[in-house]
Amino acid sequence: MIRVCIILIALMALPVQAVEPDEILSDVAQEARAREISKNLRCLICRNENIDSSNAGIAKDLRILVRERIVAGDSNEQVIDFVVDRYGEYVLLQPRRSWGNLLLWLAGPLMLLFGGYIGLRTIKTGGDAPAQDLTPEEQQRLKDLMRD
Amino acid sequence: MIAELGHMAVILAFVVAFVQAILPMWGGMTGDARLMHTAGPAALVQFGAVGFAFVMLTIAFVTSDFSVKLVASNSHSLKPMLYKFSGVWGNHEGSMLLWILILVFYGALVAVFGRGLPLLLKARVLSVQSMISLAFLAFLLFTSNPFERLELPPVDGNDLNPLLQDPGLAFHPPFLYFGYVGLSMTFSFAVAALLQGSVDAAWARWVRPWALLAWVTLTIGIALGSWWAYYELGWGGWWFWDPVENASFMPWLIAVALLHSAIVVEKRESLKTWTVLLAILGFSFSLIGTFIVRSGVITSVHAFANDPERGVFILAILVVAIGGSLTLFALRAASLKSTAVFSMVSRESGLVVNNLLLVVAAIVVFVGTIWPLVAELTTGRKLSVGAPFFNLAFTPFMVGIALVLPVAALLPWKRGKLAKTARPLWGAAVLAVALMLLIWSLQTGGRMLAPIGLGLAAWVVLGAVFDVAQRGQIGRIDLGASLRRLRNLPRADWGKAVAHAGLGLTIFGISAITAWEVEDIRVAQIGERFTLSGYEFSFDKVEDSNGKNYSATIGTVSVRVDERIVAVLHPEKRFYPVQRMPTTEAGISSALHRDLYVALGDQQGDGWVLRSYVKPFAVWIWIGSIVMALGGGLSLSDRRFRVGAAKRRAGRREVAA
Repeated sequence: MIRVCIILIALMALPVQAVEPDEILSDVAQEARAREISKNLRCLICRNENIDSSNAGIAKDLRILVRERIVAGDSNEQVIDFVVDRYGEYVLLQPRRSWGNLLLWLAGPLMLLFGGYIGLRTIKTGGDAPAQDLTPEEQQRLKDLMRD
Repeated sequence: MIAELGHMAVILAFVVAFVQAILPMWGGMTGDARLMHTAGPAALVQFGAVGFAFVMLTIAFVTSDFSVKLVASNSHSLKPMLYKFSGVWGNHEGSMLLWILILVFYGALVAVFGRGLPLLLKARVLSVQSMISLAFLAFLLFTSNPFERLELPPVDGNDLNPLLQDPGLAFHPPFLYFGYVGLSMTFSFAVAALLQGSVDAAWARWVRPWALLAWVTLTIGIALGSWWAYYELGWGGWWFWDPVENASFMPWLIAVALLHSAIVVEKRESLKTWTVLLAILGFSFSLIGTFIVRSGVITSVHAFANDPERGVFILAILVVAIGGSLTLFALRAASLKSTAVFSMVSRESGLVVNNLLLVVAAIVVFVGTIWPLVAELTTGRKLSVGAPFFNLAFTPFMVGIALVLPVAALLPWKRGKLAKTARPLWGAAVLAVALMLLIWSLQTGGRMLAPIGLGLAAWVVLGAVFDVAQRGQIGRIDLGASLRRLRNLPRADWGKAVAHAGLGLTIFGISAITAWEVEDIRVAQIGERFTLSGYEFSFDKVEDSNGKNYSATIGTVSVRVDERIVAVLHPEKRFYPVQRMPTTEAGISSALHRDLYVALGDQQGDGWVLRSYVKPFAVWIWIGSIVMALGGGLSLSDRRFRVGAAKRRAGRREVAA
């Protein structure tokens, strides 16, 4: 991720940096939106790093692109669609909630339901395969024995 | 000579591992005590041999013997001594040797301190442990020999990756490995238990210290890694949900679950199957983590180990270990019978909820980590899963855990009444809610993250405090008696409260820094002053300087409050000529209530790019981690966990827990 990125930059021997002063929009609200959008866009040549904190040239290009679209009047969704159209789903750090990613998004809730069911059953039966319960007759016999 | 001796020692260890994997297990099957007795000495010999090999490799590094390929490609004569030393494991081969060293160290610990263990259990545990080391020694010998020579030694080495030349990262791998590998112990105990078809309270007592030790070291290792990221990467991020981080975080989550479920086995003879399964899962995640890091299958920060052949080898180890143990589990789990029952409202149920949340959280992290791989293999789509997903999908589980924890920790075993248990916690709840409202009103609306996060943190910390207070019956009996009660409280109970409080503190740090951090990015001229969140930053000067194996540009930024200097920061930009690599060293002033953080960028015109941050309560993330680890340590020092103590337990006064 970061390290790969830094190495790549070192090879290019032309270090640029994460969000640079000259990129920042003067409109505070627009800049805040740009930051929000940037957090979900990855630097394509880095591992798991968003364009906001990346030092790579491609990240700088994307940051500028995002700001251009915002200034042009796009909504956040439009900006993201614009970038995804050009760079593919790969650019999103948070995958879309699409059918293809159904399992990814539902893994947690489904496992929780399944685990919750198992857990409840465990609590009801007292965990594990319970030592055989006594039948009513045996219990009665036990009671009788205890009385003696 | 040195390298060859090391190589020989690894081969010796391999042969001994083979013997130790077979003979004790055979002895266990045939009831031959002599064969079972070979396990202990063999474990010690293995440790001696691997330890010797490790020392040999260290000598090669420290004396900069560039005829050894590994040293030539990962060290440099000008490197500071500390990093020559840590360079031993700052590469694939060396870190695998360290991995194995720690593995056989655990084996030796069982051999030395496991006198109280029944012979059969000990023989089986050491045999399973040796199967693991056999596999990894083979991996080392056949795919990653650290002692390989070069025909034509270079004049000087290739240097260690500059990012690894850092005290935080020098000791990050050993701690992590202690944790990863520590889970092999619980794994071996689980397999041994399955072989003998029974699990009892004594077994849980023997397993828990290993789980604790693994968890404590994992906690420290993860904290060190995140602290390093914080000051090294130049913008103060401390957790990236990188595959390699996730690789260490999943075993951590499972280890927490295991620690808790083992208590239920020990105290109540219940949840046995589940605990055995967790022990298997914990080490499985360690192996998966090793696979992710070592194979480069999910390319990431630790890209220094991209090699498909190695990947396939580790994958094979993984499949055999996980597949084998799970098959054994499927065959034998039914024989683990429980004797106890418990009701819906009980400590046991609380721990079931704890386990449910932790394990599902670990699964979420797992699915997120491998999803890009799965998507590409199945549908050919290339996609990413990064921090925004994990933050969204993982956080709810932590919120759930934080909400339930204080109540569940106070519930009595077997059967409790919610209203009665919650009574001492009303104070904590009221205080936490009051804090939430206070923060909410102070920040005049805004995001709910700060109020909720800090409210939860207060709830968890206060819950731990009230737990201890209640155990000491503070306020109900006179103070002297209370203090005496507290002093006599078992260490494990103190450990529990301290570790829980540590979790609360970490939640506090994370919430505060996420909600309240402010930043300023500008091209600053020398002498420029600017104000950020009430602090006046003054960019005083920039100087060039030379380190032992790098050149540096060092800025000086003084920070004032009301014209009084509160901190002088020295952000650095370094350049390592051998690897032609720049690194940043942020200038940080830490205090309990805030970190002032400045990173120096490039020169632009006659100014410098300067990134300044005020990060409120940042250090509490790591203070919390240390407190958690400390709690684990306290628990570990409880006398009832001293290995073999289970046998002597009869007759000793038990403090009701």
